[in-house]
Amino acid sequence: MSFDIVLQLLDSSVRLATPLLLACLAGLYSERAGIFDIGLEGKLLISAFFSAAAAYSTGSAWLGLLAGMASAMVFAALHGVASITFRGNQLISGVAINFLASGMTVVVSVSWYQLGGRTPQLEGASRFQDLTLPLAESLSGVPILGPIYSELISGHSALVYLALLMVPLTWWVLNRTRFGLRLRAVGENPAAVDTAGISVVRLRFTAVLICGALCGIAGTYLATSLSAGFIKEMSAGRGFIALAALIFAKWRPWYALMACLLFGFLDATGSIFQNIEILGFGVPVQFMQALPYILTVVILAGFVGKAIPPRAGGEPYVKER
Amino acid sequence: MDKMPKWADVALIPFINLLLALIVSGLVVLYIGESPVEAMTIMVRGAVGSAYGWGYTLYYATNFIFTGLAVAVAFHARMFNIGGEGQAALGGLGVAVVCLSVGWPHWSMALIAAVLGSAAFGAAWAAVPAYLQAKRGSHIVITTIMFNFIASALLVYLLVNVFRVPGSMAPETARFAEGAHLPNAHAIAPWLGFPRSTPLNVSFLVALVACLFVWLLIWRTRLGYEIRAFGESETAAVYAGINPVRIIMISMLISGGLAGMMAINSVMGEAERLVLDPVQGAGFVGIAVALMGRSHPIGVLLAAVLFGMLYQGGAELAFDMPGVSREMLLVIQALVILFTGALDNMVRSPVQRMFLAMRKEG
Repeated sequence: MSFDIVLQLLDSSVRLATPLLLACLAGLYSERAGIFDIGLEGKLLISAFFSAAAAYSTGSAWLGLLAGMASAMVFAALHGVASITFRGNQLISGVAINFLASGMTVVVSVSWYQLGGRTPQLEGASRFQDLTLPLAESLSGVPILGPIYSELISGHSALVYLALLMVPLTWWVLNRTRFGLRLRAVGENPAAVDTAGISVVRLRFTAVLICGALCGIAGTYLATSLSAGFIKEMSAGRGFIALAALIFAKWRPWYALMACLLFGFLDATGSIFQNIEILGFGVPVQFMQALPYILTVVILAGFVGKAIPPRAGGEPYVKER
Repeated sequence: MDKMPKWADVALIPFINLLLALIVSGLVVLYIGESPVEAMTIMVRGAVGSAYGWGYTLYYATNFIFTGLAVAVAFHARMFNIGGEGQAALGGLGVAVVCLSVGWPHWSMALIAAVLGSAAFGAAWAAVPAYLQAKRGSHIVITTIMFNFIASALLVYLLVNVFRVPGSMAPETARFAEGAHLPNAHAIAPWLGFPRSTPLNVSFLVALVACLFVWLLIWRTRLGYEIRAFGESETAAVYAGINPVRIIMISMLISGGLAGMMAINSVMGEAERLVLDPVQGAGFVGIAVALMGRSHPIGVLLAAVLFGMLYQGGAELAFDMPGVSREMLLVIQALVILFTGALDNMVRSPVQRMFLAMRKEG
């Protein structure tokens, strides 16, 4: 395998890991606050659609980002109303949100564009263009390090760098701020938080809305950066892979980065090489596609380090009267 | 003392939930510039206005009875089996293995074997998540979701590399032999007036038997009592000497088996070969059906017919009203799940308060 192909593989891994990472961190906020979210997939999809639609009509990718985040936050708020206000089943609410997104995106896009569930192709400023970091051109001649800098580190869209920045930021918010301490507490023992005079409902709603905003960025990246426009069902299970990555990472930000890069790498490997041979055995491409899920089940089984979710996760909080 | 009469719980609240879902769907139809009343008329006429429509409605309903019962049985043990999709896909594999490996002399023998095969494969696919939940405490929802994806990858691999007919490009198995063809409603009961090509087949009767089986199991056997007790309170069940590992395993195996049996209708009864994605989302519809049907076989049966009407009516709607795409179905389905499942308390609390107020006056 030549150096060029390795570089291409890693570059593609970073691109494919970005939506996973954003969605995974989104789920992290929600689940650390005790709200299970299997509706990440739906929020990715709805924001992919609305970001593409807004970017198409305004010609601005950044306005697309705003629309994408807003639509995902509306869905997140719906999840919050169902699971926090009305204390409904969080899993069922997530299932409903996924279906609502896959139905609504097609119904609305067919009605708006008559393109069979797509938005028109996005071009120019309505997409997030790849940024060239300073000196990337002039350093590209340097052996080994030059191409790594100019091809792998430089040359991604703004959202990729934003996603990577979210990792230390999330770590800092979670572990070094008062809000983060409360957020983690409300996911472990909401009654204690309540006793301390802090509103469980408000904290959980905040967490769910942050989750929506991050999913919105992820969906926008899918539609305006990774592809040029919305395509029916374009989230393609990424919300569930992000969920798998979250479990894989045991609900911690830095590990989430590692897990998402790993799953992005698997995805890139599967799409660049159609046939992979390891030790003389041909590995089917379907196995590579299923590997993130298989790894997650192995982790969940607790044979390789046990994944323990936040203790109050999935339980609606009922205040004592 | 109950907060409200039983009929309110089993009929009134689901009805209000359904009504809310339909009203919101109507608003969506209105938004995209079509008339909701006209859309509703087309759907109802398309679903139950002719023998042709009824054939498709009941065919879809058969799928949903199996997947709905699967979710319902697991619900009784307070397990949320979201893996119906994968279990049904594996059930399809079981049907294909049974139908392709033996030259069946008569469909009735093939049917019995296919029921066993599909149930065994579906149950096997539910067994790993069940074991991990029972023994290692891994959350069943997450593992069954993962198993849905693994099942779909496995099925693609097998259809492309193992079962594909040599020389054919299509990733599907060979057509099942004549002996494994299930008679459809036209062949069984010509006097009912179903057209010759109706997809409704003898599996519908198997689905009705499955309803009866689940009712007997849950309310008339010791095992069913144990499942319900475990679902109500795990600690109380353990105190009463009920083994949680056993209950989780058995209820999930039955659930997976029922989901797998869906394949006798779609794979053996209709397609007569195993194709990519033989389940077409029916595993997820089962969640909506079980929620609406309050996990009772009769409720599941009625809800499954209702969803069958939605699916058949929705297909007609997409045909007659090109402005409304077929995905409108998913919107309706999502809203039914949302209102009956997640927002149930929104309707329940006011209704309970109303009944309490009436009781005080009375």
